[in-house]
Amino acid sequence: MSATTIPPSNKTAPPKVVPYRRPEPGTQPESNYAAYRATARRAPARPLIYLPHTLSEVTGPVFGHEKISETDNDLTRQHSGDPLGERIIVSGRVLDGDGRPVANSLIEIWQANAAGRYRHAIDNHAAPLDPNFSGAGRTLTDENGAYRFVTIKPGAYPWRNHENAWRPAHIHFSLFGPAFATRLIGQMYFPGDPLFAYDPVLQSIPDEKSRQRLISKFDLETTKPEWALAYRFDIILRGRDATPLDQPRGSAR
Amino acid sequence: MSVTLTPSQTVGPYLHIGLTDTRSLSQIAADGAPGERIFLACNVFDADDMAVPDAMIELWQADADGRYHHPEDAPERVQDPLFRGHGRMPTNAQGSCSFQTIKPGQVPGPDGTLQAPHVNVSLLGRGLLNRLPTRIYFAGDPANATDPVLLLVPEDRRATLLAQPDTNRQGGWQFDIHLSGPRETVFFDV
Repeated sequence: MSATTIPPSNKTAPPKVVPYRRPEPGTQPESNYAAYRATARRAPARPLIYLPHTLSEVTGPVFGHEKISETDNDLTRQHSGDPLGERIIVSGRVLDGDGRPVANSLIEIWQANAAGRYRHAIDNHAAPLDPNFSGAGRTLTDENGAYRFVTIKPGAYPWRNHENAWRPAHIHFSLFGPAFATRLIGQMYFPGDPLFAYDPVLQSIPDEKSRQRLISKFDLETTKPEWALAYRFDIILRGRDATPLDQPRGSAR
Repeated sequence: MSVTLTPSQTVGPYLHIGLTDTRSLSQIAADGAPGERIFLACNVFDADDMAVPDAMIELWQADADGRYHHPEDAPERVQDPLFRGHGRMPTNAQGSCSFQTIKPGQVPGPDGTLQAPHVNVSLLGRGLLNRLPTRIYFAGDPANATDPVLLLVPEDRRATLLAQPDTNRQGGWQFDIHLSGPRETVFFDV
């Protein structure tokens, strides 16, 4: 028996691998983007090696059975009092590149408070912490790929990347999607922010339409009168070449 | 032509709030999970060989039978309480983090091949606008010689993907990741 072939004792063929499509050129950030100074010592200098997808890339951690508590997706109710700032509802759908919902998928978010300060040991921005705001949340998408968070609008904050550098207000979000290949960590911005043009993190993405994808839309319909404004943010993960075939298999490989 | 994808952005310096303060996971396989127990330490360095103290490493691996606990491989094992297959840890001040797991089995590769035992890695951090995917293989494993992915890598760079046994610890392995510089680790376009 060769080390490179499936042993003959295997009665069931290995699952068929249906690859995920690659992003179009220019639609993801340039890893080595001089205007974002930290990339200089950290971005790889050599080209990435193209890895055709195997079972390792089309599988990934599964979170759909995790328990989400009532306050996990409401960042305004994690303490005894209300956080300061503008209460907002952030909602949307997680879809793949073909418009299919990504169901039962974990979304994690984190953000600064209304004053632009993170509850983090190394954030020393001269803005107040809020005892009623931790700034972290998580939820699962439903069967339609829909999700919803209640939070407060984060403030802009200074960073030392360049002279008078300020990050536009943003919420970090993290998704696994169905596979190792679909892992995505991004940032959601708010419409009309005057800091966009000066922000190398956002401007590192060459394609204008792709940058726009990170900017949420004001969502009057979801707004709750006398209570909260709302923003809509749809998240588009990579699609596949085809719907995976049904792959019944026994317990033996 | 499909719709515009949501682009990646850096996790920034405050990733811990959302991802690791309460949601880190160093135990990929619990005591009692079948397989050869290993302790996998990862050490991250920048272009100047300085430790990277604010990165995060996520791992994804098959179990000892070479099965991924995922609907497209082994759906009946998805909720196995002893084996998650997934871990994530922030690097510490020395640029290191470690995981308790078992050595993965061999999983199928293209065209009837078998892949050598490997762990799939996502590296994230301040200064990284895109996730950096790489793989951890195990130095000395005879299957490395025929692994279809290692064979895609220029021979003089394959060693960057090999964890080395830790002579000070039974079952210990060390994997160094160099983001850039002369010993730059191989990263993959996944």
